[in-house]
Amino acid sequence: MKYVDEFRQHKLAKQLAAAIRDEVDTGRSYHLMEFCGGHTHAIFRYGVQDLMPGNVRFIHGPGCPVCVLPVGRIDNAIHLVEAEDVILCTYGDLLRVPASGRNSLIKVKAAGGDVRMVYSTQDALNIARENPDRQVVFLAIGFETTTPPSAVALQQARREGLKNFSLFCNHVLTPAAIQNILESPEVREIGSVAIHGFFGPSHVSSVIGSRPYEFFAEEFQRPVVIAGFEPLDVMQSVLMLIRQLNQGRYEVENEYTRVVTREGNQKAQRLVAEVFELRRSFEWRGLGLVPYSALKIKADYQEYDAEQRFQIPVSPAKEVKGCECPAILRGAKRPTDCKLFGVVCTPDNPMGSCMVSSEGACAAYWSYGRFRQPEAKSASTEVAI
Amino acid sequence: MNAQVKPFTLRLDTRKGKVDMTHGSGGRAMAQLIQELFLKHFDNELLRQANDQASFDVHAGRMVMSVDGHVISPLFFPGGDIGSLAVHGTINDVAMSGARPTYLSAGFILEEGFPLADLERIVISMSRAANEAGVPVVTGDTKVVEKGKGDGVFITTTGIGVVPQGIDISGDRAVPGDLIIVSGSMGDHGVTIMSSRENLEFETSITSDSAALHTLVEQMVAVAPDIHSLRDPTRGGLATTLNELAQQSQVGMQLSEAEIPVKPAVASACELLGLDPLYVANEGKLICICSEADAERLLPVMRAHPLGGESAVIGRVIEDPHHFVQMETLFGGSRVVDWLTGEQLPRIC
Repeated sequence: MKYVDEFRQHKLAKQLAAAIRDEVDTGRSYHLMEFCGGHTHAIFRYGVQDLMPGNVRFIHGPGCPVCVLPVGRIDNAIHLVEAEDVILCTYGDLLRVPASGRNSLIKVKAAGGDVRMVYSTQDALNIARENPDRQVVFLAIGFETTTPPSAVALQQARREGLKNFSLFCNHVLTPAAIQNILESPEVREIGSVAIHGFFGPSHVSSVIGSRPYEFFAEEFQRPVVIAGFEPLDVMQSVLMLIRQLNQGRYEVENEYTRVVTREGNQKAQRLVAEVFELRRSFEWRGLGLVPYSALKIKADYQEYDAEQRFQIPVSPAKEVKGCECPAILRGAKRPTDCKLFGVVCTPDNPMGSCMVSSEGACAAYWSYGRFRQPEAKSASTEVAI
Repeated sequence: MNAQVKPFTLRLDTRKGKVDMTHGSGGRAMAQLIQELFLKHFDNELLRQANDQASFDVHAGRMVMSVDGHVISPLFFPGGDIGSLAVHGTINDVAMSGARPTYLSAGFILEEGFPLADLERIVISMSRAANEAGVPVVTGDTKVVEKGKGDGVFITTTGIGVVPQGIDISGDRAVPGDLIIVSGSMGDHGVTIMSSRENLEFETSITSDSAALHTLVEQMVAVAPDIHSLRDPTRGGLATTLNELAQQSQVGMQLSEAEIPVKPAVASACELLGLDPLYVANEGKLICICSEADAERLLPVMRAHPLGGESAVIGRVIEDPHHFVQMETLFGGSRVVDWLTGEQLPRIC
């Protein structure tokens, strides 16, 4: 497979692992946060941590759009199905996300609610075209990568004059969440958590470019490397972060040069800007209210905005008692530190956000790294897990 | 005068006709459907007796029995259809005990409005698969449900077979030190089905691996009667099946990703969709767990069979109180190969 197998070669991995071992200063630790669930998934699926020196630790950030969608928004979606009798279309792994009262969209579907799993916004539009007498709502989530297709769908709906299609917008923004983490008391003031550098999500940067991260590198003095999702990309990015840290540099570097440019995809950016605008504040599951961290549909497109059409209220957050997701998402705790982990909270029965999607930190620990659990619990916080 | 006697009823219109509620009513229409479609294509001595049951002699040895419901979308796919799948799937479930499958039953639940032409195509395909396997359908049942209460056609097949003396193959017999063999590449069937789904169509040269594995099993037990476990990794794929076996036998398993055969086209499709081929369904492959000595005897026999050409040792059974299936990745790291959670779905981004 061109551009895939080349980035999974064992021989190259061994060479990179040796280069990382040569580069690390054994007298310091390197806590590197992969913001995006794609990186978390790659690290666990390929066992990248096994190739790291003990003082290089991966900290798993909040970068999974399924995980960070707050309970209230799922409750809203359920309300649309049950009370408004809409056809609700959404991506598959949202169906299992726990809502209030141990409910979920998959349970609503089983009870007869018209919830349909789709693979793209185009599928949702087709359902609207085929059901002119029913209201069809697309429950849209995702970071900057999934926002352009949502914008295209709204433009198409308007062009075709579809009166029965609307979008429940839950698109969130990566840079705002990284800023929130860096400004959090645990990271900035208390100093209980050291995050020394960031892997920037490459797919996000393929849209927004690498430039938005320059502010963080400068303001918070943390290096950022825009990293691809293949395991060799991750290892190369580890090497680049370690080099920056050793040399005292705090810059944005681009490891994923085969796709990402500094300016990003300007056509996609214009498309998004035409349809969406910043929300003042949006609740992230586990992070709470984060200012200017999400998008809403512009007034010009409000007839396709499900929040306007159905007067969807803002529902307060309802986190599960004892769930450590907020601390885990900030890197203050690891999944195995949570007393619910693997006891009542598993991928089959997720209690908190990090266990919901396969890309959440807790789900990745549970599904791919469970055999490390006993050693992780007894290890010091400096040891890579 | 030898004028041919004309039937009082019109013949079943298998070109343009559709299933309707009368075809399940137990009346003349149902009898006609059975006579002109099922009996015509499944024709064999036992079925022709048209009793409510098939009557046959019992052979010496242990008998095994297995039932499987087939609910699939789309009904027709490259390399097969729901009919051949219903035959192969049940023959394989019986064969995984080391048994020689002898007879099948077939229960049809038809949805009102289902085209008779499609039904005939399915029945012909089932009949061909059963004939090729030498395992006839000897009894059956038909029900019709109202439009909207089915998905075209559901088929339930039951198979019975006889295990030869001295064979004891079971999911709880894997022991540390055993080797794990697969009979070929993983994920072909699942990727074929996904490539044919209405909302997910993509082009691939892959066809379903759907096949009856009993002749392969017959040759395997002939050279290695002490095979410990056999199973066909259907839904949930290799990963889920190995977890089942590890749990049943109370052992762990250590796999090597580099040894697991996956066709490049399957790997590419999985990459595109964000799926793991280890969790994708197969319909014509088996997993064999046996001692190292038996593996040496089995591999040449398996590789010489048309359905086992790519047979490979992919790992070893180990002691593990957690019963984890672990894998050394292609990359040189290690990971758990866990049970499938829910349904494997394409990732969002």
